[in-house]
Amino acid sequence: MHATSMHFKSRAAEKLADGDLRAALDGLKRRFVPARAAAIAELDDFEAVREAAAEIRDRALEHLDFFLEAFERNCTARGAVVHWAETWADVNAIVVAIARDNGVRKAVKSKSMVSEECALNAALEAAGIAVVETDLGEYILQLGHEPPSHIIAPVIHKTRDQVSDLFAAKHASPRKTDIGELTREARERLRPHFLSADMGITGANFIVAETGSTLIVTNEGNGRMATTLPRVHVAITGIEKVVPTLEDVATLLRLLPRSATGQSISNYVSLTTGIRDAAELDGPEQFHVVLLDGGRSRILASEVRAILRCIRCGACMNHCPVYQSVGGHAYGWVYPGPMGSVLTPSYLGLENALDLPHAATLCNQCGVVCPVKIPLPGLLRKLREQQYERGLRPWHERMALAGWARLAAHPRLYALATSLAAKLLCWLGGHERRIARLPFGRGWSGGRDMPAPAGKTFRALYGKQD
Amino acid sequence: MRVGLFVTCLVDLMRPRIGFAALELLRSAGCEVIVPRTQTCCGQPGYNSGDRAGAKRLAQKLIAEFEPCDYVVAPSGSCAGMIRTHYPELFSAAPDWQARVRALAERTYELTDFLVRVAKLATVAGEFRGTVTYHDACSGLRELGVKAQPRALLAKVKGLALTEMDEAQACCGFGGTFAIKFGDISTRIVDAKCERIAATGADAVVLGDLGCMLNIEGRLRRRGEARMQVLHVAEVLAGKTREPS
Ligand code: SF4
Repeated sequence: MHATSMHFKSRAAEKLADGDLRAALDGLKRRFVPARAAAIAELDDFEAVREAAAEIRDRALEHLDFFLEAFERNCTARGAVVHWAETWADVNAIVVAIARDNGVRKAVKSKSMVSEECALNAALEAAGIAVVETDLGEYILQLGHEPPSHIIAPVIHKTRDQVSDLFAAKHASPRKTDIGELTREARERLRPHFLSADMGITGANFIVAETGSTLIVTNEGNGRMATTLPRVHVAITGIEKVVPTLEDVATLLRLLPRSATGQSISNYVSLTTGIRDAAELDGPEQFHVVLLDGGRSRILASEVRAILRCIRCGACMNHCPVYQSVGGHAYGWVYPGPMGSVLTPSYLGLENALDLPHAATLCNQCGVVCPVKIPLPGLLRKLREQQYERGLRPWHERMALAGWARLAAHPRLYALATSLAAKLLCWLGGHERRIARLPFGRGWSGGRDMPAPAGKTFRALYGKQD
Repeated sequence: MRVGLFVTCLVDLMRPRIGFAALELLRSAGCEVIVPRTQTCCGQPGYNSGDRAGAKRLAQKLIAEFEPCDYVVAPSGSCAGMIRTHYPELFSAAPDWQARVRALAERTYELTDFLVRVAKLATVAGEFRGTVTYHDACSGLRELGVKAQPRALLAKVKGLALTEMDEAQACCGFGGTFAIKFGDISTRIVDAKCERIAATGADAVVLGDLGCMLNIEGRLRRRGEARMQVLHVAEVLAGKTREPS
């Protein structure tokens, strides 16, 4: 996907000014935050389940090669083919080749964020293969030529009115405003595609080493049609999604839908194991699993390795005050919110997403909701350190930090400087005791005053008192 | 018990009376309070901005200054959290410092946490005529578990009634340098906080971190809200809500 992650600040400013987006984001928060809280409260011991989930993910990552080989073995034993893709381009080439080999003219897709990383749709279209997104949200985005703005609610940035207009224009049908009617209209358009497609493309929330299965969690049922109706099924996911056993999956599933949408369990949990065998009536003749590295093994060896535990529930963004303010598009690449601010610089390079590690208040609301205990603020801080070490921060920021560290290391000088600063700020505050325009702090005083101090430091007053 | 008061750089510069309020509260709880004169900053600005080496130097200085005390107490969840939860990480690659760092980290407390759980303060001098609402600042709440402690202490203040705002635990948008680097996003976040505070109809919003106080007060004033007081919990507990004249 084309990245605009270098332009977070300007994109964020645009998004802040968008009233429709604001309403949509308020809706997201009102819907997902309380729903998650209620669903998590159903668990007897959330912390213990979380602990177990984090351990499962860590165990998988610790022995990634072992579990991936086991997966490949068990998957191929059931007639599927496993493809290893080092880069995004490799994924696209593999999928296009599978399509060509099988004379595929049309593919139906269920939601896959990894395919967004690769910009797979564009690659397939360039090869003359039609692609139809069948997840309702993704379908809307495909009609409007937009990228997703959320990993589980991709179209959350759009209001119902905008969808009504889009459908009326693209479907050339009378404008509908009822969500049920809009959904029905989309379903009517999609049904023939399911029946005529030669290939179904899905992602995979997990791949199970023990059984060689891929698993998807959906609410609309389109995923299951994509895995069973077309004669070729291609599942695309990252190598980090491997989970040792089905029992491990069961533990993770106690947390995934709860953290994501606040459901105890999603409407569908589809486990795909092997191809249709002779005795079966449904299922594909061919099943291909494409496993992408795409920077994951590099992250595995890095300081932000814990991000690979991520099970893509979206809770971190739903609870993030920054995401709630600017939405997903401001982040400029596939993954938004706190997890995106770790992943984007890790995949695209620190220098291609300079603002993202800093675009967080480090409030740790993400860290406390993350079902696999990823210390997101800590990882953002690691990336900040790497930026600083590599000289990627603006010179004035580096000067200010170095100056502060120096000053604070010299108590006498510090006492002098702060007592002068206290006087200056007091004077700037005037009668009203507030500073409306802060020298060197326009970012601050653009939106708020600075309450002015009384003119003497604690140190000075305390020294006098003694 | 000898308690080292870490005043914090913001309190020292911007609102010294919070430091004096903390001092009185600790003394009234029967502590012998030491205020190391050379103290400055805990290193958090550098730590959160990527300057690990700079942060480490300041941390070493603070550790040396406060090591002789039985406890370290700060009127700030964020600075206490820096010492208690982040210093051990900061020195994770320095085995020679590990023992010293851990020993100090374990003895470091946010003020209200200390007053309730360690000093077991029974009564407070403060009186407040009116209703207050309490904002849970992020580090205190999510790093140190400070939530019930300030409320328990506020309940001892004569005349004070507490009313809870919606989403008291939500970030105010301060985030240290975040409020300067991303001022407009921060403003959007603090606006939501201001609205929740106003909706309670309280006379004051009380909290335990000066950074968040400056952010919330600054935005309230800019919005033209002149009446709502923004007070540090130590000021309310010690009855020091006005500048001594
Ligand atoms: S980082 Fe954690 S909270 Fe965020 S999407 Fe991943 S698993 Fe969910």
